[in-house]
Amino acid sequence: MSDKRFQLLQGNEAVVEGAIAAGMRFYAGYPITPSTEIAERSALRLPQVGGKFVQMEDEIGGIAAALGASVAGLKAMTATSGPGFSLKQENIGYAAIAEIPIVIVDVQREGPSTGLPTSPSQGDLMQSKWGTHGDHPVIVISPSSVQECYTETVRAFNMAERFRVPVIFLMDEIIGHLREGCEMIPPEELTISNRRIDRQFNGTLAYAVQEGNYVPEFAPFGKGDHFNVTGLFHDLDGFPTNDNQQTDSQERRLLDKITKRRDRIQKWEEVECDDCETMIVCFGGTARAVQGAMDEAKKQDFFKIGMFRPITVWPFPEEALNKIIRSNKHLRQIIVAEHNDGQMVLEVQRIVEGRVPVIKLGKIDGTTITPEEVLKKIEEEY
Amino acid sequence: MAKTEIRMTGSGGQGVIMGTIIIAEAAYEDGKQVIQCQAYGPEARGGSSKAETIVSDDRIHYTKIKYPDLLLSLTQESLNKFKDAVKPETIFVVDSDIEVPEEIKAAHKVYSLPILDSAKDVIKNKMSANIISCGVVNEITHVATQEAMERAVLNHVPKGTGDTNLAALRLGGQMIRDYEK
Repeated sequence: MSDKRFQLLQGNEAVVEGAIAAGMRFYAGYPITPSTEIAERSALRLPQVGGKFVQMEDEIGGIAAALGASVAGLKAMTATSGPGFSLKQENIGYAAIAEIPIVIVDVQREGPSTGLPTSPSQGDLMQSKWGTHGDHPVIVISPSSVQECYTETVRAFNMAERFRVPVIFLMDEIIGHLREGCEMIPPEELTISNRRIDRQFNGTLAYAVQEGNYVPEFAPFGKGDHFNVTGLFHDLDGFPTNDNQQTDSQERRLLDKITKRRDRIQKWEEVECDDCETMIVCFGGTARAVQGAMDEAKKQDFFKIGMFRPITVWPFPEEALNKIIRSNKHLRQIIVAEHNDGQMVLEVQRIVEGRVPVIKLGKIDGTTITPEEVLKKIEEEY
Repeated sequence: MAKTEIRMTGSGGQGVIMGTIIIAEAAYEDGKQVIQCQAYGPEARGGSSKAETIVSDDRIHYTKIKYPDLLLSLTQESLNKFKDAVKPETIFVVDSDIEVPEEIKAAHKVYSLPILDSAKDVIKNKMSANIISCGVVNEITHVATQEAMERAVLNHVPKGTGDTNLAALRLGGQMIRDYEK
């Protein structure tokens, strides 16, 4: 493996390199197009850094093994595509309630069930937030370049560790299979977060939040006090409880640790949003076509276009979007471009509350949205 | 802003994907901005396969090519499939066994070169047609230096085939220089 700082990499490969830089030392999964290169490169790279790769019998086994490794103290990841993402949902909920840090990569493909295995899609946006049942905390990050596959995977691990939550890395085939330059920033130049370890819980209990923290300290299995891990609502010792007060306080704490600290989690990109007439909201690989449309628009005498791109898609950067709508007096319309039949558009409409028209540009035929289609939509709706 | 868009096409197994990766890696090592991508799935199995490289001095936003600056086709089927997605300036490079429609010859610069035969008869390795193609494409477009191309070739071909493949790369460049004489 080359140790060059700048390398030509596929998005899927850059995810693995970013994960290893962040400290990933365990991967378990079941390969599936268009995510397979993540398993392949993990299998190659993890043994080189003293880590472990396991190909499990299926996708459920993949996330379950990764959760086990995380409980034992390792930073762990699994990767899949739509069909496997559906199978992993139960254990994503388990990670949420038992507060087990993990990164789950979903390289989306078109359609329900096995759909179109090799075609780009962004149809799992809502599933990434609501796929597992019950109110639960989740962070979802979506990259738009190979470089972001590297750096945002690092951030995904940091968020998982700091908040003890499952973090979904929501990719699409456009970026997963794209090759472009990537700076392999070494760990010593990155911010790397690690869960706070306390092998004896400071004399308190496993799920008690200690002074100055917002999540419980962590005792890796085999290296500290034993505690019970369960998917049931539990008391501070980790044992099941039906007590309504304890249920309420635990559920509130799980949700609050994300919602109250969302300003530390939200991340987005604004391009020429201050005075644009049309603002395109998009994420992941779709942003590349939108930027292509902006390049084209500048060559012609076209309307002023801006782009608002959530990088953290959940929790959605709601306050940032609101700020633009309040301050940009030229804004006439918002178009939400996404490779699905209209999912992010629902969130944007909720936030905009009718102050400007919000229109969807969706595509579900397995081909990618082109810059021409973006420009045509702007003209049609103008 | 200099930007070059290259589309390489052929049949599955001819290595056009690897060809575009080698060109992209060489240009990237030379300090250019690059994109490489390819068609996956049923489209990539048997039949015709397509792979693309974009090389630019500036940041590349849109990842796909609409109309390439250069279209290389190693099979008749792939030329037939991709010949219409071009602009007037598109340069065609085709294997000499391929029949090129008169209207294309009239409107475009067309290089008809014995790429597949040279791989078989000169390099003695059928699998080197994609590397010959890399030499041809780079001699026309000059997106990368020869040194970077050679390093990229060595980085991607199986051990023990380095010399053969470097000869293939140089033969590709020579074909264009001879063609222009």
